[in-house]
Amino acid sequence: MPEFIQIMISGLSAGSIYALAAVGFTLLWQASQTINFAQGEFVMLPAFFVLALMSFAGFPLWLAILAAIALSVLLLGAIFKRLIVEPMISHGTLPLVIATIALGLLLKEAVKEFYSPLGQPFPSLFPQEVFVVAGASISIPDIANFIIAMGTIIALQLFLQRTRTGRCMQATAQNPDVAQILGVDVKRMVLYTFLINGALAAIASVLITPVYLAKFSNGEVLGVVAFTAAIVGGFNQIRGALVGGLVIGVVDNLSAIYFSAEYRQAVPLILLIVIILVRPQGLLGTAEGRTV
Amino acid sequence: MTPKNIIFAIVAVGLLIIAPLGQGNYITYVLCSWLLFSIAAMGLNLTLGYAGQVSLAQASFMGIGAYITALMTLNGIHWILAMPCAVAATFFVGLVLGYPALRVQHHFLAFVTLAFNTLVFLAFRNEEWLTGGSFGLVGMPRPDFWVFSTMKQLPFYYFTLVCFLISAAAFWWIVHSPWGRAFKALRENPIRANSVGVDTRRMTLLAFAIGSAFGGLAGALMTPLVQFIEPGSFALVHSLKLLLMVVVGGAGFFFGPILGAAIVILMPEVLRFTEGYYLIIYALLVIVLMVYSPTGLMGLGGKVITRFRPQREVRKDMVQGAQL
Repeated sequence: MPEFIQIMISGLSAGSIYALAAVGFTLLWQASQTINFAQGEFVMLPAFFVLALMSFAGFPLWLAILAAIALSVLLLGAIFKRLIVEPMISHGTLPLVIATIALGLLLKEAVKEFYSPLGQPFPSLFPQEVFVVAGASISIPDIANFIIAMGTIIALQLFLQRTRTGRCMQATAQNPDVAQILGVDVKRMVLYTFLINGALAAIASVLITPVYLAKFSNGEVLGVVAFTAAIVGGFNQIRGALVGGLVIGVVDNLSAIYFSAEYRQAVPLILLIVIILVRPQGLLGTAEGRTV
Repeated sequence: MTPKNIIFAIVAVGLLIIAPLGQGNYITYVLCSWLLFSIAAMGLNLTLGYAGQVSLAQASFMGIGAYITALMTLNGIHWILAMPCAVAATFFVGLVLGYPALRVQHHFLAFVTLAFNTLVFLAFRNEEWLTGGSFGLVGMPRPDFWVFSTMKQLPFYYFTLVCFLISAAAFWWIVHSPWGRAFKALRENPIRANSVGVDTRRMTLLAFAIGSAFGGLAGALMTPLVQFIEPGSFALVHSLKLLLMVVVGGAGFFFGPILGAAIVILMPEVLRFTEGYYLIIYALLVIVLMVYSPTGLMGLGGKVITRFRPQREVRKDMVQGAQL
């Protein structure tokens, strides 16, 4: 039982970070029908901003993190939208998918060539201490990651529901034409979505990278996890992506211990296939009009 | 086929025959690799470009084909028997993968096939008793056709070329047969296709199965070419690479994937002087291409031609293009 609690907690902690990436992915889909195949690389990159700022500009950790978040809002949000998504949005989804695949490749190779092909240690944000509750050892970084990730998602949810801008963004996601008629600045709202995705990716990056090393290939796994979480939860709902992320985190950890470490990666994917075939709108999603 | 097409085909085949002459072993190897990736990309072009079904699992079919061929030839069975087994097996696995496409489309289908590719990869890596795990399989013999041994690189090139030409001819026949039109109908408007009597269910499954069988053949050729296969060669990245080949070349065009494969396989050799920056340059070019010409290089060529000869009609079935 203590082992089970431990696994659940580390699963929820990892899952909440996956949820950050999945929420961003979902937001982009809602706002602009962008399936971002570079989402994994978006989560990989900001950690390198932090490392570069610390080692070349001599920033302290906290300042480097803030600057990295700002940088990724600018680069992965605004520039990504302006240079790649905007010119392609009228061509349909497939060219954009190809372009994001190429962008993922570009970011990965650029980090490999210009920073380092080796895994870099990343400073941990929280004391690496462990305390014991009811026989289960619980690490402080796990709890802190969970709190920060959930806090971010809750704040985002409040922003979307309680503020005027947030509601305009939701209107844009649901029906851009009607939103436009009602006086919503649709383009601006879509831009905000991209900025938020940049910030979410940066936060996820800073939280998850201390767990592994900062490496150019981190995005490969993270990207698949983000899609899986978004689809399992429901492609068109923020709380869907949240639940999806947590489910994937827990399932991933449970299957590594109780099923097979070798096929650990397979379990979330099988879950993905089953969900798509049985309930394509996801666990919490609402059915979209099916385009045949 | 118009006379112009026939002359063009003869010239192209002639060029392919003289291409490796006087080249070193390595260049011949790269050309072989281009031909076999063209076969796999052609298959994906049928599924994606013609029938409009997104598949991110083509590399896994190459893998299945390659492993079946490897295991059979290692056990002393001749390639000429192993290859049909590989093609048949991938045909049936492709048929099974087609079933999700009957239920879901677009991005969902992309993710199902993506998950399938990763599952196949994991099976290759973890089932060590069969596949040799992450160490892979080595020492597969190259086929020997009594009077014609493919042990050397040049004969192997001609052997690959024959397989390529047969596949290309088969592909040409498929897309110009009533089936080809049914595939296009499926892509452009499934409801209308259904209402004019196209069995959309059967065509969807067939699009996957035939496309996958081409992948299986490419895998069956890869085994004797490389003589070493390991799970990493069939990971998701390679499916994405095949997808890039098809779309960069021009999905839904006969020569699109062949051109796309040429760029992905041959360009690293041309851009060798850029050293590690090759992939960065390539990725940038793909993004720029997608911005200016979402129908790929073939579409770009078409655009240039229409600029100089404005009377040329745009192919009506390509107006919409492959959609995800």
